Amino acid sequence: MTPFSEALGLAFKLVFTGDEALYSAVALSLRVSITATAVACFLGFLIGGLLAVKRFTGRSIVIAALNSLMGLPPVVVGLVVYLYLSRSGPLGFLGLLYTPTAMIIAQTLLILPIVAAMSRQVLEDLHLEYDEQFRSLSLTSRETVQAILWEGRFALVTVALAGLGRAIAEVGAVMIVGGNIDNLTRVMTTAIALETSRGDLPLAMALGIVLLTLALVLNAAVQGLRETTYRASHV
Amino acid sequence: MFKARPSIRLVGDVDDTAAQQSTTLEVSGLCLSRGSKQVISDLGLNIRHTGLAVIMGPNGAGKSLFLRLIHGLIQPDAGTIRWNGQPMSDRIRLRQAMVFQKPVLLRRSARANIEFVLGAPRLRARHAAIEFLDRVGLADKAAQPAHSLSGGEKQRLSLARALATAPEVLLLDEPTANLDPASTLTVEKVVQNASATGTRVVWVTHDRFQAERIAEQVVFMDRGKVVEHAPAAHTFFERPASARAASYLAGKILC
Repeated sequence: MTPFSEALGLAFKLVFTGDEALYSAVALSLRVSITATAVACFLGFLIGGLLAVKRFTGRSIVIAALNSLMGLPPVVVGLVVYLYLSRSGPLGFLGLLYTPTAMIIAQTLLILPIVAAMSRQVLEDLHLEYDEQFRSLSLTSRETVQAILWEGRFALVTVALAGLGRAIAEVGAVMIVGGNIDNLTRVMTTAIALETSRGDLPLAMALGIVLLTLALVLNAAVQGLRETTYRASHV
Repeated sequence: MFKARPSIRLVGDVDDTAAQQSTTLEVSGLCLSRGSKQVISDLGLNIRHTGLAVIMGPNGAGKSLFLRLIHGLIQPDAGTIRWNGQPMSDRIRLRQAMVFQKPVLLRRSARANIEFVLGAPRLRARHAAIEFLDRVGLADKAAQPAHSLSGGEKQRLSLARALATAPEVLLLDEPTANLDPASTLTVEKVVQNASATGTRVVWVTHDRFQAERIAEQVVFMDRGKVVEHAPAAHTFFERPASARAASYLAGKILC
């Protein structure tokens, strides 16, 4: 039996026997990453919308900085959040270190620049298309941002998916601020890292296959929803 | 959601005084450059406006730019634009509506495109939207996505949305340039009806036959200037005062 087929068999076994550790890690992965994506989308779409519509001094510097932050290394984000949340840090009194909340904060910071930068690009193109019409209607900046966010809803779903993909696959930041504690802060990626370091490669690969399948199903579901709603308003 | 428009009125809210008042547009010393080229140069115009004014002229005359300037979408390099003696402002623009050559529609249903500009409660806006769609013959397409409409239908929807803002002044930038004759006549009829009920219309076209059908007064532009302003359209078509306008009406290429 090859290591891959062994891993595949194990992955099926874990899924269909209802392995508690697996389901706990999957549930936590989804909870942390979906929450972080939701928060990042709320803030990122707003930042992207404002940058697309507003003209101000230093705008191009902000955009360049945002684009650079898209490549932020997860371990650096993890380290910064760790320093802030550690007992001696400025937010240490909150007692959030090694909790899922700390992991959500880290992932939010990690994907916020991605969501903001990508949505800025999408919304700026839309703003160019609607600019004269909206100015003719004398819409305020706030009304314009609201309108283009709604007009760009289909493209923004793709942006959210990119953010979710980055969050769910990330390991460095959640490892540092979550601590990979069994049944508390262990997610799919940190479990894979742990099993690999233990030398249990089939189990690590099995977890990897489950993670990959999960990401695929999630993307397919959202993409299907997106295309259905897109057709309903564009056909 | 959007700020109240001072002039917004829904179907059935008749304002008789509007039909009796005239609108004046005074433009003087208007200049606009694009790169090193002066596209509008020292343009002056004084219109006392009670009906449908057509701005016509050859391609590149600056008609569309002039329309954007008087609507406040572009700021001139020099000169003044005054509506009823007041300089152009957001408040004045709120009382105007513009229809562009290429319809700019929202990615929503035809009805939602009109509801977007109606500052009315949801149910009232819905009824009003259907009435405006009916005016342009699109009531049966209310629920259809705007982007699925044909070119002519899109432009009629764009016109219905402009009329839904109950504008005092309606600015049209070659709205029928890409339409077939039937759609063109529908658009002309709807705009003429709006004009008859008190909306001042400024219509840009380079189609002289269309201008003859609809114009009550004509402004002829060429090379970024107003060459001729005929307060009575028929005098312009019968006896143009300038050689440039005569050449244009005779179908000669102006260069």
